[in-house]
Amino acid sequence: MTRLLRTVVRKGGPFIGLILVIAIFSVPAETRGYFLTYHNFKIILTQSVIVSIGALGMTMIIVSGAIDLSVGSVVALTGVAAALLIQHGWGPVPTTLAAIAFGGVIGLVNGTAVAALRMPSFIITLGMLGIARGTAKWLADNQTVSYDRSPINSWMTTANPSGHALPAGVWVAIALAAATSLLLKKTVFGRHVFALGSNEAAARLCGVPTVRLQVMVFALAGCFFGLSGLFQLARLRLGDPTVAVGLELDIIAAVIIGGASLSGGSGTVLGSIIGALIMAVLRNGSQQMGWPNYFQEIIIGVVIIAAVFLDRFRRGGKS
Amino acid sequence: MPASRLRLAGISKAFGATRALSSVSLEVAAGEVHALVGENGAGKSTLLKILSGAHAPDAGAMELEGEPYSPSGPSDARERGVAMIYQEVTLAPHLSVRENILLGSESSRLGWINTRRSRQRAEGALAVLGYDHFPLERATGAFTIAEQQVIEIARALLLKPRVLIMDEPTSSLTQADTEKLFQVIGRLRAQGVSIIYVSHFLEEFLRICDRYTVLKDGLTAGTGIMKEASVDHLVSLMTGRHVADLYPRVARKLGAPVLEASRLARSPRLKPTTFTLRNGEIFGLAGLIGAGRTDLVRAVFGLDQADSGEIAVFGRHEPHPSPRGSWSRGLGFLSENRKEEGLMLNLPVCDNITLTKLEAYGRMGWIDPTRQNAASDRWTAELAIKCRSGGQAVGELSGGNQQKVALARLLEHPARILLLDEPTRGIDVGSKAQIYEIIGRLAAAGKSVVLVSSYLPELLGLCDTIGVMHRGELVAVKPREAWSEPELLRFAVGKD
Repeated sequence: MTRLLRTVVRKGGPFIGLILVIAIFSVPAETRGYFLTYHNFKIILTQSVIVSIGALGMTMIIVSGAIDLSVGSVVALTGVAAALLIQHGWGPVPTTLAAIAFGGVIGLVNGTAVAALRMPSFIITLGMLGIARGTAKWLADNQTVSYDRSPINSWMTTANPSGHALPAGVWVAIALAAATSLLLKKTVFGRHVFALGSNEAAARLCGVPTVRLQVMVFALAGCFFGLSGLFQLARLRLGDPTVAVGLELDIIAAVIIGGASLSGGSGTVLGSIIGALIMAVLRNGSQQMGWPNYFQEIIIGVVIIAAVFLDRFRRGGKS
Repeated sequence: MPASRLRLAGISKAFGATRALSSVSLEVAAGEVHALVGENGAGKSTLLKILSGAHAPDAGAMELEGEPYSPSGPSDARERGVAMIYQEVTLAPHLSVRENILLGSESSRLGWINTRRSRQRAEGALAVLGYDHFPLERATGAFTIAEQQVIEIARALLLKPRVLIMDEPTSSLTQADTEKLFQVIGRLRAQGVSIIYVSHFLEEFLRICDRYTVLKDGLTAGTGIMKEASVDHLVSLMTGRHVADLYPRVARKLGAPVLEASRLARSPRLKPTTFTLRNGEIFGLAGLIGAGRTDLVRAVFGLDQADSGEIAVFGRHEPHPSPRGSWSRGLGFLSENRKEEGLMLNLPVCDNITLTKLEAYGRMGWIDPTRQNAASDRWTAELAIKCRSGGQAVGELSGGNQQKVALARLLEHPARILLLDEPTRGIDVGSKAQIYEIIGRLAAAGKSVVLVSSYLPELLGLCDTIGVMHRGELVAVKPREAWSEPELLRFAVGKD
């Protein structure tokens, strides 16, 4: 019996979890009419974009055996910076590129400190969490940064006139997920990231340029976080230096629910995206059930622990 | 013959479809050191787990001092007088010696630890082992592995065991520390403790054991008195082959120098060292652990940067060797530490074999999985690596197969100069023989090998030239014919 269950859980993985949470919210009378509609799924997908794109970068970092706690602050900082650029008359494309580059530079700083100074990523990025948040407030002069209008504002809207099309943010997230998955699975870079996370000493012995690789992983992930910041801006339509506090924990939770190990060397993009979707479905469903906010938080906490427990069970049940 | 302390008869155990043990018998007398001999997979671990209470046998009878013995778990076994010393040290490194020895059986009153009583008990246990002035309050992490092992044995002695099981206690000890451990074993035997001794070093059995039982494929292959046995006899019982067959003697010709190190030094452990490796040569490095052998090969490969000295590979001077550069120049390195540095245990066999040259299986940074798998499959077949597929995580394989995966990486690369640091540590005789054969074949094909080993018979069996290191210096280099085991040992311990 346990063997059968284990096979089912192993083959299905986090995907079963996703179907389960969708099923749970499809049954009650309060949500039945609306929950399973296309429009609602459009909302769920749009709401998961920021966490999903962040989870792509975080997957690379966690697979490489590190962690990044500064994501929420970096999202706020790049969002504020992008808002200021729009204020100064920058167009959507240069603003986007600038936000990505800014995120990348912060990642580069994180990665260099971790790899070159041989400091734990937990400490370095905990420091960056404060530095980036403070810088965001400084740049924004402790206020929100508003601007007249920008095409960026439409990238995350679910209320577009055509009614059916998914917003740009969702498509960007899907395309990036596919690209990141290929990068991790099919390229030398990707295999090196897994080797680094699985056993840094062995990777070095095999000639993997571990220092350079760790810096590259943080820098690339930083680009993803910068893009998340831009979509955060698109959603709020203003730069808010106090937004996305604790976002990194949602992102880490998505990656862990998706089956990655915090000790490095394992994890998949598909799993992480499903993890992000599970959390978005839980939020959306809870809201429609009219459950209070604190109740959602408790449920998500339980799901994280349950997901990791299931993952242990899936890998052979050793404690 | 003295009364039997422990008697096992007809013990069988199966895991699913795998029969680990069928009808195994074992009898150990009071105050006897009994060798439990067998290759990996012969059933030793299962038998030890049954004895220590971790598994229950499917069939068979166990008696301890004439009473039926069926422990419900490891703690029950310990209370009844059967204790086990594991291969890997299981101390809490931040706690003191005293705290570790008394862990789980503290002298206390209402939860408060009675320090004086604790000290007396810890001192008592250490005194039995011949260690009188041990710093009881120092954290155990500061001690050598050998000393930690003594602490661990002292902990087991606290419960006055009647049977002490030692699973490969010498696998990470130096020769000198092994001698000290043998003295400890002698003391325990004199006090009437029965010891079941497991080791991969067959010579140790002849030194300290009274009797032996050999397991092969889950069956009792033989039992007898150690004085009447020889290493050759034990090997033939274990494997069905003789010692002489273990080491391949392939005629080979030594060619031009391929690797030259001159006055290579790295503080604190490597003094200026000069040596030359020739084409087709197997160059052995003997010495005690910490004598600088590992430091030397690591500095040559660029895993550690040398402070001074020069390295030339195929006649080309290398001022700053790095692992990446060394691989590209045709050097390969096998780490002595398979789990911590040699392999990526949770990654598949195929990635572990091909990691040094992933670029070669595709183009522009992309990997063609078909070509990568083909390379890996070739070696799993050629080296008879037992795995389900190249996709299986290497950590799930046995020690011998893991080591063959680590070696396959050098063959696939392919390295022309192989730096092998303890390539047969902790693996069974059958896998050892296969690795010896591979090394012999490589040298015959014109590759060159530096072989660091603490196992003197294999150095004498395989090498063309053997150098001995002592306290960071290469004190003697001679052709194999000029060496004998006592002679190697004499230089290794620095008695001249």
